[in-house]
Parts: sequence; C-alpha cells; structure tokens
Amino acid sequence: MAVEQAQLATPAQPRLRADRRRWGEDVIKVMLAVCALVSIATTVGIVVALLQPTIDFFRVVSIVDYVTGTEWAPLFEPQLFGVLPLVVGTLSVTLWAAIIAMPFGLGAAIYLSEYAHPRARKILKPALELLAGIPTVVYGFFALTFVTPLLRDIGIGVEIFNALSAGLVMGVMLIPTVASLSEDAMTAVPQSLRDGAYGLGASKLQVSTRIVVPAAVSGIVASYVLAISRAVGETMIVLLAAGQQANFTFDPVRAVETMTAFIAATGQGDVPTDTIEYKTIFAVGFTLFAMTFAMNLIAIRLVRKYREVYE
Amino acid sequence: MSTGALKLEGRSGRARAKGWFFYVFLLASLAVGFIALATLLIDVFKDGIGQIDRTLITGAPNVIEPATAGAGPAILATIYLMFLLLFMAVPIGVATSIYLEEYADKTRWYNRLLDLNIQNLAAVPSIVYGILGLAFIVRGPVGIGRVLLAGAMILTLLVLPTVIIASREAIRAIPDSIRQGGLALGATQWQVIWRQVLPAAVPGIATGTILALSRAIGETAPLLLVGALSYISFNPTLLGDFTALPIQIYQWIQQDEAGFTLRAAGGIIVLLAILLTMNAFAIFIRNRYQKRW
Repeated sequence: MAVEQAQLATPAQPRLRADRRRWGEDVIKVMLAVCALVSIATTVGIVVALLQPTIDFFRVVSIVDYVTGTEWAPLFEPQLFGVLPLVVGTLSVTLWAAIIAMPFGLGAAIYLSEYAHPRARKILKPALELLAGIPTVVYGFFALTFVTPLLRDIGIGVEIFNALSAGLVMGVMLIPTVASLSEDAMTAVPQSLRDGAYGLGASKLQVSTRIVVPAAVSGIVASYVLAISRAVGETMIVLLAAGQQANFTFDPVRAVETMTAFIAATGQGDVPTDTIEYKTIFAVGFTLFAMTFAMNLIAIRLVRKYREVYE
Repeated sequence: MSTGALKLEGRSGRARAKGWFFYVFLLASLAVGFIALATLLIDVFKDGIGQIDRTLITGAPNVIEPATAGAGPAILATIYLMFLLLFMAVPIGVATSIYLEEYADKTRWYNRLLDLNIQNLAAVPSIVYGILGLAFIVRGPVGIGRVLLAGAMILTLLVLPTVIIASREAIRAIPDSIRQGGLALGATQWQVIWRQVLPAAVPGIATGTILALSRAIGETAPLLLVGALSYISFNPTLLGDFTALPIQIYQWIQQDEAGFTLRAAGGIIVLLAILLTMNAFAIFIRNRYQKRW
C-alpha cells in the first residue's frame, strides 16, 4: 500500500535542463570570478612586496639584533637596527588608545543595545559612527594643536610630541569600532535570556552585566582585538602627534616613533631602491603586517563564533 | 504547608544606587565620543573658518606666505581621485560581491578562503597598502612613477574590501523569492541577476559604496608613500605628479609657522565639506530609493 502511494506520488520527471549550454552565462561567471581574484592578488602582492626586501634586509642585519636591539637609528651612522623602540612606541600609544576605547566603547554599546529607546538608538548610532568617518589627518591635527596644549594646561608636562595625546585621540577614534561590533553581538543575544533573568527578579544592571555581556563576550573581545589592530596600524595621528624620535620608553609624556610613523616618514622621501634604508621600510612593514594579520584572524574567528551560536 | 507571605518589596537603596551609577557611566561613555567630536569640530572651525576664501580653494600652494597659500591643485586632485575610484573600485567590487553572493558555492574551500581574505584585507593597515604601491606600482612591475593614477590604483585596492562587504550586504538583502520568481519564468541566472537582483540592490550598493569612497578620500598615509608629497602648483593630470587635499593639510600642519596651521584648519573644513556632501548624498539615496522587503 505504502509502496503504491509512493509510486503514484512520483510524476514523470520533467526535463529541467536548458536546451543548449549557454556559453554567455559561463563567460559572465568566469569574468566575475576574475574580478574576485583581484582581492586574492592584493594579498599575494602585499606578501611578495614585503617578503623579498625583508629577506634581503636580514641578509645584512642579524635577526637577533633586529628583534632584541634597543636602539633604532637606520638613517644615521653608525646604523642601528633594533626594532624594540618602534614596537614599544607603538604599544605605548596603543595602550592609551585602549584605555579610552575599550570601556567607553563597551559602555556605549551596552547603552545602545540595552537601554536606549529604539528611536534614540536610530539617531545615536549613526551619530557615533561620524567619529569613524573623520579622516585621521584631522585627528592628528586635533591631537597636536588642541589635546597636547590642553594636557599642558592641566599640568601634565608633555613634550610637544608625545604618546599620551596621540593615544587618547586615537582612543576616541576607536570608540565606534568597539561600540558597533560589540553592539552587534549584544543584539544577537536572544531576548529569552533577558526575559528569563528578569523573571527571576534581576535588575537591568544585572541583566546587562551578568547575562548580555557574558553571552556576547566573543563579539566584545573581537571588537577589542580589532580596535588594537587598528591602533597598531594607524599612521597619521602618531606621525603628527607622537613624533618621529625612536625613544625606547613607555613614558607617555615623551615623544616616540611608531612602526607606522617610521614607514611613512622614511617612505615619503626619495630613498634609492637598493639601499638598506629602503629595505628597512619593508622589514618594519612586514613586522607590522604580521602583527595586525594575526590579530585580524583572531577577531574574524571570534565574530564567527558568536554568529554561529545565536544567528 | 507553610504559606509565608511573598515579599514583593522593591530593591534595596544600595542596589538602586548601583543601577543608577551604571546608567550614568553608560551615558558618560556615549558622551565622551560626542564631546570629543564637538570639541574637534569647534577647534577646527574656530581656526579655519576665517581661512576659507577664493585663494584657499583655487590658489596654488606656496611655502613662504600662508595668506596666499592655496589648495587648488590638491582639491582638484582629490576630486579626480574620487571619480577614478568610482570607475575602478565600484565595478570590480560589485562584480566580486555578485560572484560571492550569487555564484560561489560556500562549501568550497577556495570560496571560503576568498571570503576570509576579503575580511582580513579590510583590516590591513592603510600604510601597508602604501608599501605595496611603492614596491609594485610606483616602482617595480607596473612602474608608472609617483603619479595620480598610481594613487588612484592604491586607493582602489584599499577601498575594494569595504565596497565588496557593503555590496554583498545589499545583494543579500534581496529576498530569494525575487530570484525564484525570475528563474521559474525561465530566465537564466544572469538575467535574474542583471534585471531583478541588481536593480533592487542598487540603492544599498550606492549607499555603502559612497560611504566607503568617502573614507578613502580622507586617507593620507598610503598616498604619502606613493609620492603625493610634493609642491604642485599646476592642475593634476592622470600621469603627472600630484598632491591630494589630505596631504596638503598634512604639509601645512608640518610647517612651523602658525599661519600655516590656520591654513591647515581651513583645508580641513574644505575636506570635511567634501566628505559631508558625499555622505549626505548617500543618505539621500538610501532614504529616497531603498525598499523594505
């Protein structure tokens, strides 16, 4: 009986294939795929462009001196190629940026996701995004001509170029980066979790900090990692406000040179192609790329994680 | 069974105070961003509004006399860059997103790699694109020198991931029923994409793309490396030396004389005005044409 029914339910197979192969369709598909390859070519280009001169660089400079040296003076005699001052300068600025961007970005995200009226949110969110749309050269101008004098006025004896002012302004710039990704993750937390907690008598504070934030933690961490990666790779603010002196110091009132600032300052001149000075640009660029690449992959993975759990 | 009365009293004073402090912290977090933004704008406008004149917008730059230094060639180059980006980044970006959304089999490793690659490229520091431009476009294989086209090519590569991500979202927002309807009527896949999906996705693509381009226009670092840092007193050509508005601003900030700092503020106002125009246009398109499905 069951077999009979199954046979009855199966109609004659309609012919679902096209009469002839449409070559035009195939050509279009291939053309689109070729366009998609441009982005692969970009990555390959970046790696190749960085790798060859970097290898040449390490034929001349010992890799141990590069990684452990505390003096950076590639453009002066005697040439010194210790990258640590650049790395420490970068981390010092990044630290101050993180101190601003992480708590305030998360606070803004919690407000937008949990507290704001939908109508207020519709206005506040794009307004906050404006911060991310300001060109970095403008932030550099602001750090140099406003924040640094302001810090001096309130009694912090900063040098004209200093890590603190650049870091604070960069932190403000990164607030929307943290806020928007964290808010995405919090919005993805199912309403039932909140309702359950409210049903047990939890307050709004408790729901926000003990239910929503832990549930969205992978997205929040992703936003932090991405913000740090941006801070490490940011150029104009540090070039203008943190200076171009490779001091090996974490002291925020002093001038530092970041990896990006070194690349920008050295690469803008007409450095002859076959010199060691030219190759330092690539060695430092490779170091920068490797650091940000690792952080970006971590962030992408974390974002996938929360998307898999809730969406 | 004991029937102790259920106590439904409010929270203790301490708990309420904690909740209140938390709320104030959240508001303060938002306020930090907005106060900083307002201060920045006021600072720039206070310095720069008096600088906006004919000389600034059309005049040629000079290094001696701030009052007569203009950003004419730089502004023109920035507008050229904007159109070059539009014609280079948008077709490649939209084609890539069509491939990824409409054709690519997401279970294949190469398509997943492509997706991961684009997400990573979107977060690569802009200065690294500058290094790529220096090594391959200014010198090396392409070797066209420090010209406007080199700047446009490197900004194209820089903005491509953002254009792709925005276009993909716009294409993904088109409901599948539209595609199935077209296919059921006998249209080929490309006919469905070209006549149904793309027209419906254009507002979303346009909005996302213009926002992406406005970011690229404000980029300074990669252009420093492809050699936009020079005093250009003539109008830019495609294969000639050039300077762009953000670079001009950077140069003015770097000058010691206070008059040039003010000139930089004037240049920033012009730059912000260009970006604001682009953003307003994007919002206009979104509000005017976007459909809700």
